[in-house]
Amino acid sequence: MNSRLVKTYAILLLFIAQKAAGNLSLAWGMKRLPSNPGTNPLLYVRAMLDPFVAAGIAALILALLTRMVLLSLADLSFVLPVTAIGYAVAAFLGKIVLHETVTDRRWAGTLLICIGAALVGSTPRTTTAGEESA
Amino acid sequence: MKWLLVAIMVAATVLSDLLQSHEMKRAGEQSVGARGLARLLRAIVERSFLMMAIGCMEVSFFSFMALVRVEPLSFAVPASAASFVLETLLAKLVLRERIGIRRAAGALIVLAGVVLVGG
Repeated sequence: MNSRLVKTYAILLLFIAQKAAGNLSLAWGMKRLPSNPGTNPLLYVRAMLDPFVAAGIAALILALLTRMVLLSLADLSFVLPVTAIGYAVAAFLGKIVLHETVTDRRWAGTLLICIGAALVGSTPRTTTAGEESA
Repeated sequence: MKWLLVAIMVAATVLSDLLQSHEMKRAGEQSVGARGLARLLRAIVERSFLMMAIGCMEVSFFSFMALVRVEPLSFAVPASAASFVLETLLAKLVLRERIGIRRAAGALIVLAGVVLVGG
């Protein structure tokens, strides 16, 4: 494994962790709000004062920057499937932390996401920079 | 209402990702250290396509916020992956990425998983 490949996967793991933490905190904060913000943008701005919503937004901003770094290292068609592991993490956290119902069908889908992501992860991370760094 | 939110989120995400991928490749390899993030923020300010990408991402983000308010996280997060096929296709056509059989098969398996999870 070359160092650039290790760096790519380390940044990928960091992104998945930041995104999962951000989504969880955001969902928790939004569900705690006393009223539905609907389509009023001002109510969404007010929602950001909730500490869980604010923490979720901060984590998602960090995740956004980390993903941009990832896109400087790998193809979009590589990044999209491998970061889909985050959906599996979200389903798992939704079940464990938010006590959401996750059906067998959803667990099966989660398994497919992991298999597909692993398959894409085995392809060269970039095909446009004149190098094949599998 | 929930499908309208999903549609807005997907369109904004596709445009944002294409712009980001194009511009980040041009900006060169970045890193996640403090100095690396400062360099990245400077690149964002200097490159108008990256600013546009962030604008699209904001639209996508607020659609997502509205969605998690009315739907469970275990629906909202996978539903946001509906952009998958469109983005992979445009990565080939617009960004000129080479999508071999293994990558295409993996992407399709992920898509099937997303449909199952979101269904």
